[in-house]
Amino acid sequence: MVKLKTPCDEALIRSLKVGDPVEISGTLFTGRDAVHKYLHEGGKLPSGVNLRNGILYHCGPVVMKDESGNWKVTAAGPTTSIREEPYQGQIIKDFGLRGVIGKGGMGDRTLAACKEFGCVYLHAVGGAAQVLAECIKSVRNVYLMENFGAPEAIWEFEVEGFPCVVTMDANGNSLHKEVFAASQQALAARL
Amino acid sequence: MTGLEHSLVELIRRTSAEIPDDVQAAILASLEREKKGTIAESAMKIIERNIQLAKQKSQPICQDTGSIIFYLDCPVGFDQIAFEEAAKNAVRVATKKGFLRQNSVDSLTGVNDGTNVGTGSPTIHFHQYRGPETNVRLILKGGGCENVGAQYSLPSEKLKANRDLNGCRKVILDAVLQAQGKGCGPGILGVCIGGDRATGYEFSKQQFLRRLEDRNAVPELDKLEEDVLNTANELGIGPMGFGGKTTLLGVKICTANRLPASFFVSVSYMCWAYRRQGVKLNSNNEIDGWLY
Repeated sequence: MVKLKTPCDEALIRSLKVGDPVEISGTLFTGRDAVHKYLHEGGKLPSGVNLRNGILYHCGPVVMKDESGNWKVTAAGPTTSIREEPYQGQIIKDFGLRGVIGKGGMGDRTLAACKEFGCVYLHAVGGAAQVLAECIKSVRNVYLMENFGAPEAIWEFEVEGFPCVVTMDANGNSLHKEVFAASQQALAARL
Repeated sequence: MTGLEHSLVELIRRTSAEIPDDVQAAILASLEREKKGTIAESAMKIIERNIQLAKQKSQPICQDTGSIIFYLDCPVGFDQIAFEEAAKNAVRVATKKGFLRQNSVDSLTGVNDGTNVGTGSPTIHFHQYRGPETNVRLILKGGGCENVGAQYSLPSEKLKANRDLNGCRKVILDAVLQAQGKGCGPGILGVCIGGDRATGYEFSKQQFLRRLEDRNAVPELDKLEEDVLNTANELGIGPMGFGGKTTLLGVKICTANRLPASFFVSVSYMCWAYRRQGVKLNSNNEIDGWLY
């Protein structure tokens, strides 16, 4: 188990290998479809959002306000990442991301950006909204809520021991490509 | 709230927070099967803990609380319009309480009004029958698994799939291969052979109302269900596509008549966070028992 702390150290990120389990502590910013499209089209990051050496989480959480008006995350698993494939590489480059958390893996352009700029794709367990919400210790802020609505807003979370697996590393390896190739071959033998 | 609305909010709460027993048993069995110390096993452990936590906290198993699909068996003379109104109100209340995420977006304007009520949301399928009781079943189906559903038109030259059961087997397994872990596996397949493009998908989803351990009454389909399940679990896709022994937890297949010119095979994929429940209502619209 590798402990990752934000802001991330580039050398540590580059040393991670496909299949490594990690636990993240520090700050996560969420961003999904609307945010990626917005940034790709030249939208500015709201002030207060700093992604440099940071980790972006593909997540549309369920967040409620408690009696005293504080945000509380009640469910926060990853969303499918491949939808951000047209945008992710550029966002890694432009904003200096060191990690992207999501589910299902991403494609070749993101893999190439991970290698070039020193970033990894971290796979959280899809659907595990409660286990992952428990790792979110506080909601520091929310941005672009009026524009995009709660699931699509940028949420700033403080997390502790957030579990993921490296499935795309900064050396050009992708567990998703390996499993696809092996399963395709296994299937061909059974048709 | 009316009595019916109360009952429906409770149905939504339980569906969103609690995995039905048959699916939980299948998940526990697959956790046992995975090799110790692998990332597949650790994913299954997280899944198992998540199921317990959601139930204990009465919070959504998954933050994507999905498409809201009601299936009703109702007596002759049942007031469908009143039910539809009650279901919409129950959805609004369940959303405010956080049992459902604000999850429904106007496809033209992109506006999410936060209510989960709009054209096609919730979806309600009424089925009248000559009996006294009303049974309400609910499926909440997330977007990740909905996106990996697939519809094939046979013959498929690319997959060498002809218009026969072997051709059906080939395209169903292709759907499993293409889905990999993206639908949050280990998953469950609902399949319809035949129908038109709309009814094919509709019938494939209705297969999710079957209990996982039931057997298909049609011997050819029963055999195909077993075969696809076993073959899929030999492919090494595993939980979340991490590699491993459990790719699917179940396969359910039905048929519908087709036109001579059409031969569709429609495959719906349900994630491990299989949210399906049902209630029997008494004459006061109170919950008189759970169906799963």
